[in-house]
Formats: sequence, structure tokens, C-alpha cells
Amino acid sequence: MAKVLSSIGNWVNERAPNMMPMYRKHMTEYYAPKNFNFWYYFGSLAIVVLVNQILTGIFLTMFYKAGAATAFDSVEYIMRDVQWGWLIRYMHEVGASMFFIVVYLHMFRGLMYGSYKKPRELVWLLGMLIFLVLMAEGFMGYVLPWGNMSFWGAKVIISLFGAVPYIGDTLVQWIMGDFNPADATLNRFFALHVIALPLVLLLLVVLHIAALHEVGSNNPDGVEIKKKKDANGIPLDGIPFHPYYTVKDLFGVGFFLILCAFIIFFQPALGGWFLENDNFIPANNLVTPADIKPVWYFTPFYGILRMIPSKGLGVLALAASIAVLFLVPWLDRGAVKSIRYRGRGYKIALFSFVVVFVLLGAIGAGKTTEWIPQLFGAKADVTFIENLFGRALTLVYFGFFAFLWAYTYFGLEKTKPVPERVTTHE
Amino acid sequence: MIKASFARFTATAVLLGTCLVAGSAVAEEGEGLALANVRVESTASLQRGARLYFNYCSGCHSIKYMSYSRLAEDMHLSPEEVLSSFAFTGAKIGDQVISNMPAANAQEWFGKAPPDLSLESRAKGQDWIYNYLKSFYIDPTRPTGWNNTVFPNASMPNVLWELQGVQHAKFAAAKPGEDAQIEKLDLVSKGKLSSAQYDEAARDLTTFLQYVGEPAALKRESMGAWVVLYLAAFTFLAWLLKHEYWKDVH
Repeated sequence: MAKVLSSIGNWVNERAPNMMPMYRKHMTEYYAPKNFNFWYYFGSLAIVVLVNQILTGIFLTMFYKAGAATAFDSVEYIMRDVQWGWLIRYMHEVGASMFFIVVYLHMFRGLMYGSYKKPRELVWLLGMLIFLVLMAEGFMGYVLPWGNMSFWGAKVIISLFGAVPYIGDTLVQWIMGDFNPADATLNRFFALHVIALPLVLLLLVVLHIAALHEVGSNNPDGVEIKKKKDANGIPLDGIPFHPYYTVKDLFGVGFFLILCAFIIFFQPALGGWFLENDNFIPANNLVTPADIKPVWYFTPFYGILRMIPSKGLGVLALAASIAVLFLVPWLDRGAVKSIRYRGRGYKIALFSFVVVFVLLGAIGAGKTTEWIPQLFGAKADVTFIENLFGRALTLVYFGFFAFLWAYTYFGLEKTKPVPERVTTHE
Repeated sequence: MIKASFARFTATAVLLGTCLVAGSAVAEEGEGLALANVRVESTASLQRGARLYFNYCSGCHSIKYMSYSRLAEDMHLSPEEVLSSFAFTGAKIGDQVISNMPAANAQEWFGKAPPDLSLESRAKGQDWIYNYLKSFYIDPTRPTGWNNTVFPNASMPNVLWELQGVQHAKFAAAKPGEDAQIEKLDLVSKGKLSSAQYDEAARDLTTFLQYVGEPAALKRESMGAWVVLYLAAFTFLAWLLKHEYWKDVH
């Protein structure tokens, strides 16, 4: 048996001599810092979720029927009559939300440990492109069940393109293929969701990992492990990705799947956060839902849009709130990467940024319209308080980036000395 | 060292998990609705609810995503039992549950055709349905003579009045410039059931609609425990494996 296997191996190697060196470069001889902590699980988890979305998505397309007259019924058919259809659909739907949870934590890790800094700017840029495509993918996927929130969400989001000067209205009709979200819209979104965007996503993920492996991984100390190598040219603080991080990530995946299983089997709609109640009503262009809001993962950006009184400026602010993230590697001029050795100003700023991001999400999800009367009494002017509060939050959101630049450009940051070698590991 | 890092990992993971659960709990709080507390896994409650549904609701409301055969399977009844107790329209066992009311007439009679209730529990929630069923009161200004505090100006009359009895609205004194608000509903003539029995009936009917909204829930929750247990064992083994491999990392 072993002989047969090795002869097959030799046969392949003779014909594809680069296969084994490639495997070694990215697995057994890719030296990752040995001090990765909790925050370093989310990269591999993102891959696990991506694979889940592709596999469950393939099975969903076998039964889903794109089309305004058929989509809603076919989803219920999957939920009720297709063997294990409910499980596949819940895995796909919970997977979508988990994808964003994982990606947000992954991005937060990058901000915390300065993983976007030289020489890893390209890794960050490719990651941001992945995030952008993921948002398009999530939005179009949300339209496919053709519930009432799918319809109205699509209408609101697509109409944002109407803010483009001169060609806005034409652009909106071009995207929809109609004057309202309709059969044509649903079919093109299906095509984009199942073929075009996943292909782009996969390509970007490969490039993201390839770019990372060119420069090597950062770590919680922000130390460049390649600066200290042993006689064989192996980083002193590096360990082979396989088997050390493959077994470690296997544990992380197990833990993550337990959490996912809890949601899938016991709370698949997660109280209306993952599947919204209004989306169990078929799309109806005559009945507007009481409050139109996007799924939770878009709400921070939607919150910013809602807080700006003019449509044109609102859309601009929405676009800017995402675009500015692309610029982080050049806004942050500080030499120290990890938050462990950065100035107190950066710690406070990053903490505030996270709090603001969550609160803007609450505004975008319409939670503040419930909370304000509870906090300030039934007579409170909800819109006024919400606007005041939300605009302050929007200022802090953009202020974080302005601060990051000024703080580092003018040398205001008092950093601690960075150690030569990584400090802690398990 | 390993224990400390494992504890830190668990603490962070649990914290993130708690945020998720807390978020979902916040979302689930209904506004001032009494809790329905239905248990779809209770076959007896499901069967009672189905009987109420087919006696009082199915004349007007379809549940088109359900078939009689699926009802038989999930409620542990034989096809004959389902057809004789529930199918008053001459339906066959494989048919969908469709009301016999012609849509055009329904529009004329009620102003709006009675909606399909297949996904009512998913769109409105079980608490809403439970409270709606309990909140009808006499209102001579409405075409059907009935109104509802949970769904004001509903087109539907209280079809369960002979079970519940008849409620009257007691209005609070109106504040200047505002309409009088309903303070509470008083039972002015008794029905066949006591108040506690009627609550149970409303709960059974809600249970049935909750089940109809997601028949897979029956399987989902009983299976979930085993999946989680399996994953917990897998994760423990993965942790042991990791621990073993990482022994030589210094």
C-alpha cells in the first residue's frame, strides 16, 4: 500500500515538480510566530465559513427557483419538503452572519496589532477588497428569498445609487432592470450571488493569503520574527504552520462550530437578528414594513447614512466610512505596531472606535428609537436625541482616523520599547 | 501556562458568545405582550390546537405550505384520522391545506382576503398570536362589530367568542386633545370556557401555528443536543491533540 502511494506520489511529482515545494512553502515550512493568541483564530475560521457557504450554497441552488413568482415558495419548499433542506438553509443563513462576525473580529485584530503596517499594506488592501465583495455578496443573498424585507431592503439600497449626479436615476434603473426591484433584479442578483462574486471572492482570498505568506504573519507583540534567524535561516520565534497551527486551528474550529450549532439548532433566526420577521412575509410593493432596516452586519454604516440629513451627503458619508478603512496603513504613521507598546491615546481611540461602531449599529438597526423613550421618558423627542447622538457618533467614527493620522504624524504618541523577541506564548 | 491561556481563551469566547445571546434576548422582548410559552414538542397541545384551527380558522385561512399528510406524520395521527377530523372540504391526504373561501368574495366580505397563516408565527411571533386571540372586544363602529387591542381595526371578527365569551373595552378618562385609551378588557358575558381554559385554548392554537411556521423545529431541537455533544467531544480531542503537538514549543 505504502509502495503504491509513494509511486503515485513520484508519478505526480515528476509531472508537477512544483507541487511539493509549494506545499512546503505554505504549510510545513511557513514559519508563523509562536505567540499567536485568541485573536488569531479568525483567519482560519473565515476560510471554514467560506467553504460552508459554498457547499451549502451549491445544495440550495439545486432547489431554489430564482424568479419573483417562485423564489419565496421555493425557500419554504426547502425549509419543509426537501430532506435536510432546513438544516442546509440554516447553515447558509447563520453562516452568512457568522462570516461577518468573524471578519469584523479579524479586522479588529489587524487594528489592534498593527497588522496593516509595512510590509503588510497589500495584505490589508486585499482584505478590504474581500470585505467589500463580501458586503455585495451578503446584500444580494439577502434579496434572494424575496421576502418583504428583501424587496424593500433592495429598493432602499439600490436607490442610494440615485444620489450619483446626472446619471443617478438611469443607474438605478440599469441596476434593477426595471422601475422597482422585480423579477429581472432577482435573477441578476442570483447570477451575481452564486457565480460572479464567489469567483472574485475566492481569487481575492488566494491573493490575500499569498500576499501574507510573502511577508510573513504579524503577531501580538508586533515583532518581525524574520529579523532573528537561526543558522538554518529559520526564524527563532517561528514554528511551522503545519502541524502546529493546523492542530491549534482545528481546536478553534471545533469551539466555533459548537457556537454555530447552538444558533443553528436552537436559535436559527437569533431573535430576528439573523432572519428578520418581516422577511417571512412575501415581497409586496404595496405594503411597506414598519421600519426598513438592513441585516445587522450593515447597520453601523446604515446608521451613518441615516444620521446625515441630505441624501447625497449621506451616501457620500456611507461610502467614505468604508473607503477610509482602505487608507489605514497610510494614515497611521507610527512605527510601533502592537497595541501592547503603543501610546495610551491609541488605546483609548481604538476602544472608542469599537464602542462607536456598535452604537452606530444600534442606530442603524432602529434600536435607539426603542431605547430613547425608555431612557428619557415617553415625551422625549426621539428624532432630535437620535440625530444629536448619532451625529456625534459619526464624528467620532471619522475622528478616529483623523486622530490616528495627527497622533502619529506629529509624533504625539509616547510608545513603550518594543522587545527584540516575542514575549509570551502558550 | 497552558491552563491560563485556555482559561483566557474560554473567557474571551464566552464573553463574545454572551454578547450574541444577550443581543438576541433584547430583540425577542415583545412590547408588553403576555408570554405564550408554547411547546411545539407537546403532541397533545398540537393536536388540540389543530382541532381548534380546523374548527374555527380553516374556513377562511389557508396554510398552503402544509399538507394533510405532513400533519398526520408530525402529530402522530393516521391519514384516516386526519382526513376525518380535519379535512372538511373533501381534500385528499396529499393535498395542501387550502380554505374553501373564494378569494374574490373574501375581498368583498372582509375588505381584505384573510391571509395565509403558514408563516404567521414567524412574521409576528408566538406572543403576538397568543395575545391577539385574547384581545377581541365588542366595537359597534367596526363592520364586523369586533375590534382588537393588539391589532387595532382588524378585519377579522372574534370567531372564538362562543369559547371566550364577549369582552367590552373599558376606557380610561381621555386626556385633553387625545383619544381615550383602552384601560382593560372586561368579560361581560361568559363563554363555554373559563378564563383559564380559554388561555389554554389560545395557547394550543398558538402552538399549532408555531409548529406550522416551522415544522422542522420538531426535529431541529431534539437533534441539536446530539450535534453539540458530538462537537464538544471533537473539540476536546482537538485540544488534546494540540496540547500534545505543542509540548515541544518553548
